[in-house]
Amino acid sequence: MVETFYEVMRRQGITRRSFLKYCSLTAASLGLGPAFVPRIAHAMETKPRTPVLWLHGLECTCCSESFIRSAHPLAKDAVLSMISLDYDDTIMTAAGHQAEAILDEVMTKYKGNYILAVEGNPPLNQDGMSCIIGGKPFVDQLKRVAKDCKAIISWGSCASWGCVQAAKPNPTQATPVHKVITDKPIIKVPGCPPIAEVMTAVITYMLTFDRLPELDRQGRPKMFYGQRIHDKCYRRPHFDAGQFAEAWDDDGARRGYCLYKMGCKGPTTYNACSTVRWNDGVSFPIQSGHGCIGCSEDGFWDKGGFYERVTGIKQFGIEANADKIGGVAVGVVGAAVVAHAAVSAIKQSRRQQGDASEQNK
Amino acid sequence: MLSAQDMQEAVAHGRQVRAVYVYEAPLRLWHWVNALAITVLAMTGYFIGSPPPSQPGEASASFLFGYIRFAHFAAGYVLLAGFIGRVYWAFVGNEHSRQLFKLPVFDSAWWKEAAFELRWYLFLERHPKKYVGHNPLAQFTMFLLFFLPLLFMIVTGFALYGEGAQAGSWASMLFTSWVVPMFGQSQDVHTWHHLGMWAIVVFVMVHVYAAIREDIMSRQSMVSTMLSGWRMFKDDKP
Repeated sequence: MVETFYEVMRRQGITRRSFLKYCSLTAASLGLGPAFVPRIAHAMETKPRTPVLWLHGLECTCCSESFIRSAHPLAKDAVLSMISLDYDDTIMTAAGHQAEAILDEVMTKYKGNYILAVEGNPPLNQDGMSCIIGGKPFVDQLKRVAKDCKAIISWGSCASWGCVQAAKPNPTQATPVHKVITDKPIIKVPGCPPIAEVMTAVITYMLTFDRLPELDRQGRPKMFYGQRIHDKCYRRPHFDAGQFAEAWDDDGARRGYCLYKMGCKGPTTYNACSTVRWNDGVSFPIQSGHGCIGCSEDGFWDKGGFYERVTGIKQFGIEANADKIGGVAVGVVGAAVVAHAAVSAIKQSRRQQGDASEQNK
Repeated sequence: MLSAQDMQEAVAHGRQVRAVYVYEAPLRLWHWVNALAITVLAMTGYFIGSPPPSQPGEASASFLFGYIRFAHFAAGYVLLAGFIGRVYWAFVGNEHSRQLFKLPVFDSAWWKEAAFELRWYLFLERHPKKYVGHNPLAQFTMFLLFFLPLLFMIVTGFALYGEGAQAGSWASMLFTSWVVPMFGQSQDVHTWHHLGMWAIVVFVMVHVYAAIREDIMSRQSMVSTMLSGWRMFKDDKP
Protein backbone atom coordinates (compact mmCIF):
# COMPACT_ATOMS: atom_id res chain seq x y z
CA MET A 1 0.00 0.00 0.00
CA VAL A 2 2.89 2.38 0.70
CA GLU A 3 3.61 3.73 -2.79
CA THR A 4 6.90 5.46 -3.55
CA PHE A 5 7.58 8.06 -6.22
CA TYR A 6 9.54 5.44 -8.18
CA GLU A 7 6.54 3.16 -8.26
CA VAL A 8 4.34 5.99 -9.49
CA MET A 9 6.75 6.71 -12.34
CA ARG A 10 6.88 3.04 -13.29
CA ARG A 11 3.12 2.89 -13.18
CA GLN A 12 2.96 5.77 -15.64
CA GLY A 13 5.07 3.82 -18.16
CA ILE A 14 8.52 5.17 -17.38
CA THR A 15 11.18 2.45 -17.71
CA ARG A 16 13.87 1.89 -15.10
CA ARG A 17 16.40 2.98 -17.70
CA SER A 18 14.60 6.31 -18.18
CA PHE A 19 14.24 6.66 -14.42
CA LEU A 20 18.01 6.31 -13.92
CA LYS A 21 18.66 8.78 -16.74
CA TYR A 22 16.28 11.16 -15.00
CA CYS A 23 18.22 10.75 -11.77
CA SER A 24 21.58 11.46 -13.46
CA LEU A 25 20.16 14.50 -15.24
CA THR A 26 18.71 15.78 -11.98
CA ALA A 27 22.10 15.40 -10.30
CA ALA A 28 23.84 17.13 -13.20
CA SER A 29 21.41 20.01 -13.33
CA LEU A 30 21.76 20.52 -9.58
CA GLY A 31 25.56 20.58 -10.00
CA LEU A 32 26.05 17.40 -7.98
CA GLY A 33 28.71 14.76 -8.68
CA PRO A 34 28.01 11.26 -10.12
CA ALA A 35 28.09 9.87 -6.57
CA PHE A 36 24.76 11.54 -5.90
CA VAL A 37 22.94 9.66 -8.67
CA PRO A 38 22.34 6.50 -6.62
CA ARG A 39 21.35 8.60 -3.64
CA ILE A 40 18.69 10.42 -5.66
CA ALA A 41 17.50 7.11 -7.08
CA HIS A 42 17.42 5.64 -3.60
CA ALA A 43 15.39 8.56 -2.29
CA MET A 44 12.90 8.25 -5.15
CA GLU A 45 12.62 4.51 -4.55
CA THR A 46 12.05 4.73 -0.82
CA LYS A 47 10.29 8.03 -0.13
CA PRO A 48 6.60 7.31 0.14
CA ARG A 49 4.09 9.62 -1.42
CA THR A 50 2.56 11.74 1.28
CA PRO A 51 -0.96 10.60 2.02
CA VAL A 52 -3.58 13.30 2.21
CA LEU A 53 -6.90 12.83 3.95
CA TRP A 54 -9.45 15.34 2.72
CA LEU A 55 -12.36 15.80 5.11
CA HIS A 56 -15.60 17.60 4.31
CA GLY A 57 -17.56 19.37 7.00
CA LEU A 58 -20.18 22.09 6.60
CA GLU A 59 -19.31 23.29 3.12
CA CYS A 60 -20.64 23.76 -0.41
CA THR A 61 -17.86 21.82 -2.25
CA CYS A 62 -16.78 24.98 -4.06
CA CYS A 63 -13.21 24.32 -2.86
CA SER A 64 -13.24 20.87 -4.50
CA GLU A 65 -14.84 22.34 -7.62
CA SER A 66 -12.07 24.90 -7.79
CA PHE A 67 -9.31 22.36 -7.03
CA ILE A 68 -10.22 20.03 -9.89
CA ARG A 69 -9.85 22.94 -12.33
CA SER A 70 -6.22 23.55 -11.48
CA ALA A 71 -4.07 23.92 -14.60
CA HIS A 72 -0.54 24.35 -13.19
CA PRO A 73 -0.12 21.65 -11.98
CA LEU A 74 -3.11 19.77 -13.32
CA ALA A 75 -5.34 18.54 -10.54
CA LYS A 76 -4.98 14.98 -11.81
CA ASP A 77 -1.19 15.21 -11.49
CA ALA A 78 -1.48 16.55 -7.98
CA VAL A 79 -3.93 13.86 -6.96
CA LEU A 80 -2.63 10.87 -8.91
CA SER A 81 1.14 11.47 -8.96
CA MET A 82 2.25 13.90 -6.32
CA ILE A 83 0.18 13.06 -3.31
CA SER A 84 -1.68 10.00 -2.37
CA LEU A 85 -5.21 11.26 -1.89
CA ASP A 86 -6.44 8.36 0.19
CA TYR A 87 -9.68 9.79 1.46
CA ASP A 88 -12.00 12.37 -0.05
CA ASP A 89 -15.60 11.36 0.35
CA THR A 90 -16.76 13.61 -2.48
CA ILE A 91 -14.63 12.15 -5.26
CA MET A 92 -13.52 8.73 -3.96
CA THR A 93 -14.99 5.52 -5.35
CA ALA A 94 -15.38 3.74 -2.04
CA ALA A 95 -18.36 4.53 0.11
CA GLY A 96 -19.79 3.68 3.50
CA HIS A 97 -17.78 1.46 5.83
CA GLN A 98 -15.12 0.81 3.20
CA ALA A 99 -14.45 4.51 2.90
CA GLU A 100 -14.30 5.04 6.65
CA ALA A 101 -11.97 2.06 7.00
CA ILE A 102 -9.37 3.84 4.84
CA LEU A 103 -9.20 6.64 7.40
CA ASP A 104 -8.24 4.24 10.17
CA GLU A 105 -5.78 2.44 7.94
CA VAL A 106 -3.90 5.60 6.92
CA MET A 107 -4.02 6.99 10.44
CA THR A 108 -2.26 3.95 11.87
CA LYS A 109 0.11 3.26 8.98
CA TYR A 110 1.29 6.86 8.52
CA LYS A 111 0.93 8.05 12.10
CA GLY A 112 2.25 11.61 12.30
CA ASN A 113 3.11 11.66 8.59
CA TYR A 114 -0.09 12.39 6.74
CA ILE A 115 -1.54 15.73 5.80
CA LEU A 116 -5.09 16.56 6.79
CA ALA A 117 -6.96 18.79 4.39
CA VAL A 118 -10.23 20.17 5.71
CA GLU A 119 -12.93 21.63 3.51
CA GLY A 120 -15.73 23.23 5.48
CA ASN A 121 -15.93 23.49 9.22
CA PRO A 122 -17.50 21.75 12.20
CA PRO A 123 -20.71 23.08 13.78
CA LEU A 124 -20.50 22.82 17.56
CA ASN A 125 -24.08 23.54 18.66
CA GLN A 126 -26.59 20.72 19.18
CA ASP A 127 -23.61 18.46 20.04
CA GLY A 128 -22.35 18.87 16.48
CA MET A 129 -25.45 17.18 15.06
CA SER A 130 -25.79 19.75 12.26
CA CYS A 131 -23.12 17.92 10.29
CA ILE A 132 -23.04 14.12 10.41
CA ILE A 133 -20.40 12.02 8.64
CA GLY A 134 -20.81 8.24 8.75
CA GLY A 135 -23.37 8.53 11.55
CA LYS A 136 -21.16 10.62 13.80
CA PRO A 137 -20.76 14.38 14.25
CA PHE A 138 -18.14 15.85 11.93
CA VAL A 139 -16.37 17.50 14.83
CA ASP A 140 -15.55 14.04 16.25
CA GLN A 141 -14.13 12.85 12.94
CA LEU A 142 -12.09 16.04 12.62
CA LYS A 143 -10.61 15.70 16.11
CA ARG A 144 -9.86 12.00 15.60
CA VAL A 145 -8.08 12.44 12.27
CA ALA A 146 -6.29 15.60 13.37
CA LYS A 147 -4.76 13.86 16.37
CA ASP A 148 -1.96 12.11 14.43
CA CYS A 149 -1.59 14.33 11.37
CA LYS A 150 1.56 16.21 10.39
CA ALA A 151 -0.18 19.44 9.40
CA ILE A 152 -3.62 20.71 8.53
CA ILE A 153 -4.60 22.61 5.42
CA SER A 154 -7.74 24.67 5.97
CA TRP A 155 -9.29 24.89 2.52
CA GLY A 156 -11.38 27.92 1.84
CA SER A 157 -13.02 30.57 3.99
CA CYS A 158 -15.18 27.96 5.78
CA ALA A 159 -12.28 26.11 7.34
CA SER A 160 -10.20 29.29 7.70
CA TRP A 161 -12.72 31.80 9.07
CA GLY A 162 -16.19 30.24 9.25
CA CYS A 163 -17.71 31.72 6.08
CA VAL A 164 -21.41 31.98 5.32
CA GLN A 165 -22.55 29.22 7.68
CA ALA A 166 -20.89 31.17 10.50
CA ALA A 167 -22.68 34.41 9.55
CA LYS A 168 -24.62 36.07 12.32
CA PRO A 169 -26.43 34.69 14.22
CA ASN A 170 -24.62 31.44 13.37
CA PRO A 171 -27.30 29.07 14.72
CA THR A 172 -25.18 25.93 14.34
CA GLN A 173 -22.10 27.65 15.78
CA ALA A 174 -20.03 26.77 12.74
CA THR A 175 -16.43 27.18 13.91
CA PRO A 176 -13.22 27.50 11.88
CA VAL A 177 -10.74 24.65 12.20
CA HIS A 178 -8.06 26.58 14.10
CA LYS A 179 -10.49 27.20 16.94
CA VAL A 180 -11.19 23.47 17.32
CA ILE A 181 -7.71 22.04 16.68
CA THR A 182 -5.12 24.07 18.51
CA ASP A 183 -2.09 21.78 18.69
CA LYS A 184 -1.23 21.32 14.99
CA PRO A 185 0.33 23.60 12.40
CA ILE A 186 -2.51 24.96 10.28
CA ILE A 187 -2.17 26.50 6.84
CA LYS A 188 -5.14 28.66 5.96
CA VAL A 189 -5.96 28.89 2.27
CA PRO A 190 -8.98 31.21 2.44
CA GLY A 191 -11.25 32.19 -0.41
CA CYS A 192 -14.72 31.19 -1.41
CA PRO A 193 -13.38 29.18 -3.12
CA PRO A 194 -9.61 29.57 -3.07
CA ILE A 195 -7.87 29.85 -6.46
CA ALA A 196 -7.24 26.39 -7.91
CA GLU A 197 -3.56 27.04 -8.62
CA VAL A 198 -3.07 28.40 -5.13
CA MET A 199 -4.49 25.17 -3.71
CA THR A 200 -2.31 22.87 -5.80
CA ALA A 201 0.71 25.15 -5.32
CA VAL A 202 0.42 24.93 -1.54
CA ILE A 203 0.40 21.13 -1.80
CA THR A 204 3.27 21.15 -4.32
CA TYR A 205 5.34 23.37 -2.07
CA MET A 206 4.82 21.13 0.93
CA LEU A 207 5.79 18.02 -1.03
CA THR A 208 8.76 19.56 -2.83
CA PHE A 209 10.40 21.17 0.17
CA ASP A 210 8.97 18.91 2.85
CA ARG A 211 8.03 21.89 4.99
CA LEU A 212 5.22 24.37 5.41
CA PRO A 213 5.20 27.49 3.28
CA GLU A 214 6.02 30.70 5.11
CA LEU A 215 2.85 31.95 6.78
CA ASP A 216 1.71 35.41 7.78
CA ARG A 217 0.44 36.29 11.22
CA GLN A 218 -3.03 35.02 10.37
CA GLY A 219 -1.71 31.68 9.10
CA ARG A 220 -1.96 32.27 5.35
CA PRO A 221 0.90 31.46 2.93
CA LYS A 222 2.72 34.74 2.33
CA MET A 223 3.43 33.90 -1.29
CA PHE A 224 -0.26 34.09 -2.22
CA TYR A 225 -1.75 36.24 0.53
CA GLY A 226 1.05 38.75 1.05
CA GLN A 227 -0.47 41.44 -1.14
CA ARG A 228 -3.89 42.88 -1.69
CA ILE A 229 -5.81 42.39 -4.92
CA HIS A 230 -5.65 46.19 -5.21
CA ASP A 231 -1.84 46.14 -5.24
CA LYS A 232 -1.69 44.18 -8.48
CA CYS A 233 -5.01 45.19 -10.05
CA TYR A 234 -4.79 46.06 -13.72
CA ARG A 235 -7.34 48.86 -13.11
CA ARG A 236 -5.08 50.53 -10.56
CA PRO A 237 -4.08 53.37 -12.95
CA HIS A 238 -7.75 54.43 -13.03
CA PHE A 239 -7.80 54.43 -9.24
CA ASP A 240 -4.78 56.71 -9.00
CA ALA A 241 -6.16 58.95 -11.75
CA GLY A 242 -9.49 59.25 -9.94
CA GLN A 243 -11.46 57.53 -12.70
CA PHE A 244 -14.28 55.52 -11.21
CA ALA A 245 -17.36 53.70 -12.42
CA GLU A 246 -20.26 55.39 -10.60
CA ALA A 247 -22.98 52.98 -11.72
CA TRP A 248 -23.01 49.55 -13.31
CA ASP A 249 -24.27 50.90 -16.62
CA ASP A 250 -22.42 54.20 -16.89
CA ASP A 251 -19.66 55.19 -19.24
CA GLY A 252 -16.99 54.58 -16.63
CA ALA A 253 -18.09 50.98 -16.22
CA ARG A 254 -17.97 50.48 -19.98
CA ARG A 255 -14.50 52.00 -20.13
CA GLY A 256 -13.31 49.64 -17.44
CA TYR A 257 -12.66 52.29 -14.78
CA CYS A 258 -11.86 51.45 -11.17
CA LEU A 259 -14.76 49.87 -9.25
CA TYR A 260 -13.75 51.43 -5.92
CA LYS A 261 -16.90 53.56 -5.68
CA MET A 262 -19.01 50.49 -6.47
CA GLY A 263 -17.73 48.89 -3.28
CA CYS A 264 -14.88 46.80 -4.69
CA LYS A 265 -13.08 45.18 -1.75
CA GLY A 266 -9.80 44.81 -3.64
CA PRO A 267 -8.10 47.40 -1.39
CA THR A 268 -8.87 45.35 1.72
CA THR A 269 -8.52 41.81 0.42
CA TYR A 270 -5.39 39.72 0.55
CA ASN A 271 -5.41 37.19 -2.28
CA ALA A 272 -3.72 36.39 -5.58
CA CYS A 273 -6.73 36.87 -7.91
CA SER A 274 -5.20 39.83 -9.73
CA THR A 275 -1.96 37.94 -10.43
CA VAL A 276 -2.87 34.24 -10.75
CA ARG A 277 -6.45 34.84 -11.92
CA TRP A 278 -9.02 32.11 -12.44
CA ASN A 279 -9.78 29.28 -14.86
CA ASP A 280 -6.25 28.87 -16.12
CA GLY A 281 -5.59 32.59 -15.92
CA VAL A 282 -8.56 33.61 -18.04
CA SER A 283 -10.06 36.30 -15.85
CA PHE A 284 -11.00 37.38 -12.34
CA PRO A 285 -14.02 39.25 -10.95
CA ILE A 286 -12.72 42.79 -11.47
CA GLN A 287 -11.66 41.94 -15.03
CA SER A 288 -15.21 40.70 -15.61
CA GLY A 289 -16.56 44.05 -14.46
CA HIS A 290 -17.66 43.25 -10.92
CA GLY A 291 -15.94 44.45 -7.78
CA CYS A 292 -14.14 42.08 -5.45
CA ILE A 293 -16.40 40.99 -2.58
CA GLY A 294 -13.46 40.17 -0.30
CA CYS A 295 -14.34 36.47 -0.01
CA SER A 296 -10.94 35.51 1.40
CA GLU A 297 -11.17 37.95 4.31
CA ASP A 298 -12.29 37.07 7.81
CA GLY A 299 -16.00 37.78 8.30
CA PHE A 300 -16.56 39.17 4.79
CA TRP A 301 -20.20 38.03 4.95
CA ASP A 302 -20.96 40.23 7.96
CA LYS A 303 -19.17 43.44 6.93
CA GLY A 304 -22.02 45.30 5.28
CA GLY A 305 -22.79 45.67 1.61
CA PHE A 306 -20.67 44.34 -1.21
CA TYR A 307 -21.52 47.48 -3.18
CA GLU A 308 -20.58 50.18 -0.65
CA ARG A 309 -17.16 51.72 -0.19
CA VAL A 310 -17.95 52.95 3.32
CA THR A 311 -19.62 49.82 4.59
CA GLY A 312 -22.47 49.56 7.05
CA ILE A 313 -21.98 49.00 10.76
CA LYS A 314 -24.53 46.84 12.55
CA GLN A 315 -23.12 47.06 16.07
CA PHE A 316 -25.38 49.98 16.87
CA GLY A 317 -28.57 48.04 16.28
CA ILE A 318 -29.48 49.99 13.21
CA GLU A 319 -27.72 49.69 9.89
CA ALA A 320 -25.65 52.82 9.29
CA ASN A 321 -22.24 53.60 7.92
CA ALA A 322 -19.45 55.66 9.46
CA ASP A 323 -20.45 58.80 7.55
CA LYS A 324 -24.07 58.59 8.73
CA ILE A 325 -23.02 58.04 12.34
CA GLY A 326 -20.43 60.81 12.09
CA GLY A 327 -22.87 63.14 10.37
CA VAL A 328 -25.47 62.62 13.10
CA ALA A 329 -22.85 63.13 15.83
CA VAL A 330 -21.63 66.34 14.20
CA GLY A 331 -25.24 67.52 13.75
CA VAL A 332 -26.16 66.84 17.37
CA VAL A 333 -22.98 68.39 18.76
CA GLY A 334 -23.31 71.32 16.34
CA ALA A 335 -26.90 71.97 17.47
CA ALA A 336 -25.81 71.68 21.10
CA VAL A 337 -22.99 74.16 20.51
CA VAL A 338 -25.34 76.65 18.84
CA ALA A 339 -27.92 76.31 21.60
CA HIS A 340 -25.25 76.61 24.27
CA ALA A 341 -23.78 79.65 22.53
CA ALA A 342 -27.21 81.29 22.39
CA VAL A 343 -27.83 80.77 26.11
CA SER A 344 -24.28 81.93 26.85
CA ALA A 345 -24.82 85.09 24.83
CA ILE A 346 -28.00 85.89 26.76
CA LYS A 347 -26.28 85.24 30.10
CA GLN A 348 -23.32 87.36 29.08
CA SER A 349 -25.45 90.32 27.98
CA ARG A 350 -27.46 90.13 31.20
CA ARG A 351 -24.24 90.03 33.21
CA GLN A 352 -22.90 93.05 31.38
CA GLN A 353 -26.17 94.89 31.96
CA GLY A 354 -25.90 93.98 35.62
CA ASP A 355 -22.31 95.27 35.73
CA ALA A 356 -23.36 98.46 33.97
CA SER A 357 -26.25 99.08 36.32
CA GLU A 358 -23.97 98.45 39.31
CA GLN A 359 -21.52 101.03 37.99
CA ASN A 360 -24.36 103.50 37.36
CA LYS A 361 -25.50 103.37 40.96
CA MET B 1 -10.28 81.24 43.27
CA LEU B 2 -6.90 80.07 42.11
CA SER B 3 -5.88 76.45 42.16
CA ALA B 4 -3.14 75.47 44.60
CA GLN B 5 -0.41 75.42 42.01
CA ASP B 6 -1.42 78.78 40.64
CA MET B 7 -1.44 80.20 44.17
CA GLN B 8 2.13 79.09 44.57
CA GLU B 9 3.04 80.86 41.40
CA ALA B 10 1.28 83.94 42.64
CA VAL B 11 3.13 83.81 45.95
CA ALA B 12 6.41 83.28 44.17
CA HIS B 13 5.85 86.37 42.16
CA GLY B 14 4.97 88.22 45.30
CA ARG B 15 2.15 90.06 43.69
CA GLN B 16 -1.22 89.51 42.15
CA VAL B 17 -0.80 87.45 38.97
CA ARG B 18 -2.11 89.23 35.89
CA ALA B 19 -0.30 87.14 33.29
CA VAL B 20 1.41 83.74 33.32
CA TYR B 21 3.56 82.25 30.59
CA VAL B 22 1.79 78.94 29.91
CA TYR B 23 2.41 77.64 26.42
CA GLU B 24 6.02 77.62 25.34
CA ALA B 25 6.93 78.26 21.70
CA PRO B 26 7.41 74.59 20.58
CA LEU B 27 4.06 73.71 22.06
CA ARG B 28 2.29 76.56 20.28
CA LEU B 29 4.00 75.65 17.03
CA TRP B 30 2.85 72.05 17.47
CA HIS B 31 -0.72 73.18 18.16
CA TRP B 32 -1.04 75.05 14.87
CA VAL B 33 0.91 72.57 12.75
CA ASN B 34 -1.24 69.82 14.23
CA ALA B 35 -4.43 71.80 13.56
CA LEU B 36 -3.38 72.24 9.93
CA ALA B 37 -2.45 68.57 9.57
CA ILE B 38 -5.80 67.49 11.04
CA THR B 39 -7.66 69.79 8.66
CA VAL B 40 -5.84 68.33 5.66
CA LEU B 41 -6.23 64.78 6.99
CA ALA B 42 -9.95 65.09 7.64
CA MET B 43 -10.68 66.62 4.24
CA THR B 44 -8.52 64.26 2.18
CA GLY B 45 -9.62 61.35 4.35
CA TYR B 46 -13.26 62.06 3.61
CA PHE B 47 -12.45 62.13 -0.10
CA ILE B 48 -10.61 58.82 0.16
CA GLY B 49 -13.80 57.29 1.55
CA SER B 50 -16.06 59.14 -0.92
CA PRO B 51 -13.98 60.06 -3.97
CA PRO B 52 -14.78 63.15 -6.06
CA PRO B 53 -16.51 62.70 -9.44
CA SER B 54 -14.71 60.64 -12.04
CA GLN B 55 -11.98 62.36 -14.08
CA PRO B 56 -12.25 62.50 -17.87
CA GLY B 57 -9.54 61.57 -20.34
CA GLU B 58 -6.74 59.10 -20.26
CA ALA B 59 -5.63 57.59 -16.99
CA SER B 60 -2.09 58.83 -17.53
CA ALA B 61 -3.34 62.42 -17.86
CA SER B 62 -4.62 62.57 -14.32
CA PHE B 63 -3.34 61.68 -10.88
CA LEU B 64 -6.08 63.29 -8.82
CA PHE B 65 -6.79 60.42 -6.44
CA GLY B 66 -3.07 59.78 -6.15
CA TYR B 67 -2.53 63.40 -5.06
CA ILE B 68 -5.40 63.22 -2.58
CA ARG B 69 -3.87 60.12 -1.05
CA PHE B 70 -0.41 61.67 -1.15
CA ALA B 71 -1.67 64.73 0.74
CA HIS B 72 -3.30 62.43 3.29
CA PHE B 73 -0.14 60.41 3.83
CA ALA B 74 2.12 63.48 3.91
CA ALA B 75 -0.14 65.16 6.47
CA GLY B 76 -0.17 61.88 8.40
CA TYR B 77 3.62 61.93 8.58
CA VAL B 78 3.54 65.56 9.72
CA LEU B 79 1.02 64.63 12.41
CA LEU B 80 3.17 61.71 13.56
CA ALA B 81 6.36 63.79 13.63
CA GLY B 82 4.51 66.50 15.54
CA PHE B 83 3.09 63.95 17.95
CA ILE B 84 6.53 62.50 18.69
CA GLY B 85 7.86 66.02 19.21
CA ARG B 86 4.90 66.78 21.47
CA VAL B 87 5.57 63.71 23.62
CA TYR B 88 9.23 64.73 23.85
CA TRP B 89 8.19 68.22 24.90
CA ALA B 90 6.08 66.76 27.68
CA PHE B 91 9.35 65.58 29.25
CA VAL B 92 11.39 68.74 28.79
CA GLY B 93 8.68 71.41 28.74
CA ASN B 94 7.00 73.16 31.63
CA GLU B 95 4.29 71.82 33.93
CA HIS B 96 1.49 72.64 31.47
CA SER B 97 3.04 70.67 28.64
CA ARG B 98 2.31 67.44 30.53
CA GLN B 99 -1.37 68.15 31.12
CA LEU B 100 -2.51 66.64 27.83
CA PHE B 101 -1.19 63.20 28.72
CA LYS B 102 -2.55 63.00 32.26
CA LEU B 103 -5.91 62.12 33.66
CA PRO B 104 -5.70 62.45 37.47
CA VAL B 105 -8.71 60.19 38.11
CA PHE B 106 -7.68 59.44 41.69
CA ASP B 107 -7.52 63.10 42.69
CA SER B 108 -10.79 63.96 44.42
CA ALA B 109 -10.05 67.69 44.32
CA TRP B 110 -9.64 67.42 40.58
CA TRP B 111 -13.04 65.75 40.24
CA LYS B 112 -14.59 68.49 42.38
CA GLU B 113 -13.13 71.13 40.14
CA ALA B 114 -14.34 69.22 37.10
CA ALA B 115 -17.83 69.11 38.59
CA PHE B 116 -17.64 72.86 39.20
CA GLU B 117 -16.69 73.45 35.58
CA LEU B 118 -19.52 71.21 34.44
CA ARG B 119 -21.94 73.32 36.49
CA TRP B 120 -20.41 76.45 34.96
CA TYR B 121 -21.10 75.06 31.51
CA LEU B 122 -24.65 74.13 32.52
CA PHE B 123 -25.20 77.76 33.60
CA LEU B 124 -25.53 76.67 37.24
CA GLU B 125 -22.57 78.73 38.47
CA ARG B 126 -22.65 82.51 38.24
CA HIS B 127 -18.94 83.19 38.34
CA PRO B 128 -16.17 81.24 36.64
CA LYS B 129 -12.87 80.40 38.28
CA LYS B 130 -9.39 81.27 37.12
CA TYR B 131 -7.19 78.60 35.62
CA VAL B 132 -3.64 78.89 34.37
CA GLY B 133 -3.57 75.69 32.31
CA HIS B 134 -6.55 73.62 31.29
CA ASN B 135 -9.46 73.52 33.68
CA PRO B 136 -10.18 69.94 34.84
CA LEU B 137 -13.16 69.53 32.52
CA ALA B 138 -11.05 70.70 29.58
CA GLN B 139 -8.28 68.34 30.61
CA PHE B 140 -10.78 65.48 30.77
CA THR B 141 -12.08 66.31 27.29
CA MET B 142 -8.58 66.79 25.89
CA PHE B 143 -7.51 63.38 27.11
CA LEU B 144 -10.58 61.37 26.13
CA LEU B 145 -11.75 63.22 23.03
CA PHE B 146 -8.43 64.35 21.64
CA PHE B 147 -5.34 62.54 22.90
CA LEU B 148 -6.77 59.01 22.76
CA PRO B 149 -8.53 59.45 19.38
CA LEU B 150 -5.37 61.03 17.96
CA LEU B 151 -3.30 58.07 19.13
CA PHE B 152 -5.92 55.70 17.71
CA MET B 153 -5.86 57.52 14.38
CA ILE B 154 -2.07 57.37 14.19
CA VAL B 155 -2.02 53.64 14.92
CA THR B 156 -4.88 52.66 12.58
CA GLY B 157 -3.80 55.20 9.97
CA PHE B 158 -0.27 53.90 9.69
CA ALA B 159 -1.58 50.33 9.79
CA LEU B 160 -3.58 51.12 6.65
CA TYR B 161 -0.65 53.02 5.17
CA GLY B 162 1.55 49.96 5.77
CA GLU B 163 -0.76 47.87 3.60
CA GLY B 164 -0.02 50.06 0.60
CA ALA B 165 3.62 50.47 1.57
CA GLN B 166 3.81 46.66 1.46
CA ALA B 167 5.08 44.05 3.86
CA GLY B 168 8.56 44.89 5.09
CA SER B 169 7.94 48.64 5.26
CA TRP B 170 8.35 50.21 8.68
CA ALA B 171 4.63 50.99 8.93
CA SER B 172 3.76 47.42 8.02
CA MET B 173 6.14 45.92 10.57
CA LEU B 174 5.26 48.37 13.32
CA PHE B 175 1.51 48.67 12.84
CA THR B 176 -0.11 46.61 10.06
CA SER B 177 1.32 43.34 11.36
CA TRP B 178 -0.73 43.46 14.58
CA VAL B 179 -3.47 46.05 14.00
CA VAL B 180 -5.14 44.29 11.04
CA PRO B 181 -5.23 40.83 12.72
CA MET B 182 -6.53 42.48 15.90
CA PHE B 183 -9.48 44.03 14.05
CA GLY B 184 -9.98 40.85 12.00
CA GLN B 185 -9.57 42.39 8.59
CA SER B 186 -8.59 45.54 6.77
CA GLN B 187 -12.14 46.73 6.05
CA ASP B 188 -12.82 46.97 9.80
CA VAL B 189 -9.72 49.10 10.28
CA HIS B 190 -10.98 51.38 7.50
CA THR B 191 -14.39 51.69 9.15
CA TRP B 192 -12.95 52.47 12.59
CA HIS B 193 -10.44 54.91 11.13
CA HIS B 194 -13.37 56.62 9.44
CA LEU B 195 -15.33 56.80 12.70
CA GLY B 196 -12.22 58.19 14.42
CA MET B 197 -12.17 61.03 11.92
CA TRP B 198 -15.69 62.01 12.94
CA ALA B 199 -14.75 61.81 16.63
CA ILE B 200 -11.94 64.28 16.00
CA VAL B 201 -14.25 66.55 13.97
CA VAL B 202 -16.63 66.58 16.94
CA PHE B 203 -13.72 67.40 19.22
CA VAL B 204 -12.63 70.29 17.00
CA MET B 205 -16.13 71.77 17.10
CA VAL B 206 -16.32 71.58 20.88
CA HIS B 207 -12.73 72.77 21.26
CA VAL B 208 -13.12 75.86 19.07
CA TYR B 209 -16.44 76.76 20.62
CA ALA B 210 -15.22 76.31 24.19
CA ALA B 211 -12.06 78.32 23.52
CA ILE B 212 -13.94 81.26 22.03
CA ARG B 213 -16.67 81.11 24.68
CA GLU B 214 -14.14 81.01 27.49
CA ASP B 215 -12.25 83.87 25.88
CA ILE B 216 -15.39 85.99 26.09
CA MET B 217 -17.04 84.77 29.27
CA SER B 218 -14.29 83.54 31.56
CA ARG B 219 -11.76 85.56 33.49
CA GLN B 220 -8.69 84.68 31.44
CA SER B 221 -7.47 84.84 27.87
CA MET B 222 -7.85 81.74 25.69
CA VAL B 223 -7.37 82.18 21.98
CA SER B 224 -4.50 84.68 22.24
CA THR B 225 -2.76 82.43 24.74
CA MET B 226 -2.16 79.85 22.03
CA LEU B 227 -0.59 82.59 19.92
CA SER B 228 1.50 84.48 22.46
CA GLY B 229 1.85 81.84 25.14
CA TRP B 230 0.74 84.27 27.88
CA ARG B 231 -2.38 83.67 29.93
CA MET B 232 -3.83 87.08 30.78
CA PHE B 233 -6.29 87.50 33.62
CA LYS B 234 -9.03 90.02 33.26
CA ASP B 235 -9.37 90.98 36.93
CA ASP B 236 -7.43 91.06 40.18
CA LYS B 237 -10.04 89.25 42.20
CA PRO B 238 -8.90 85.83 43.46
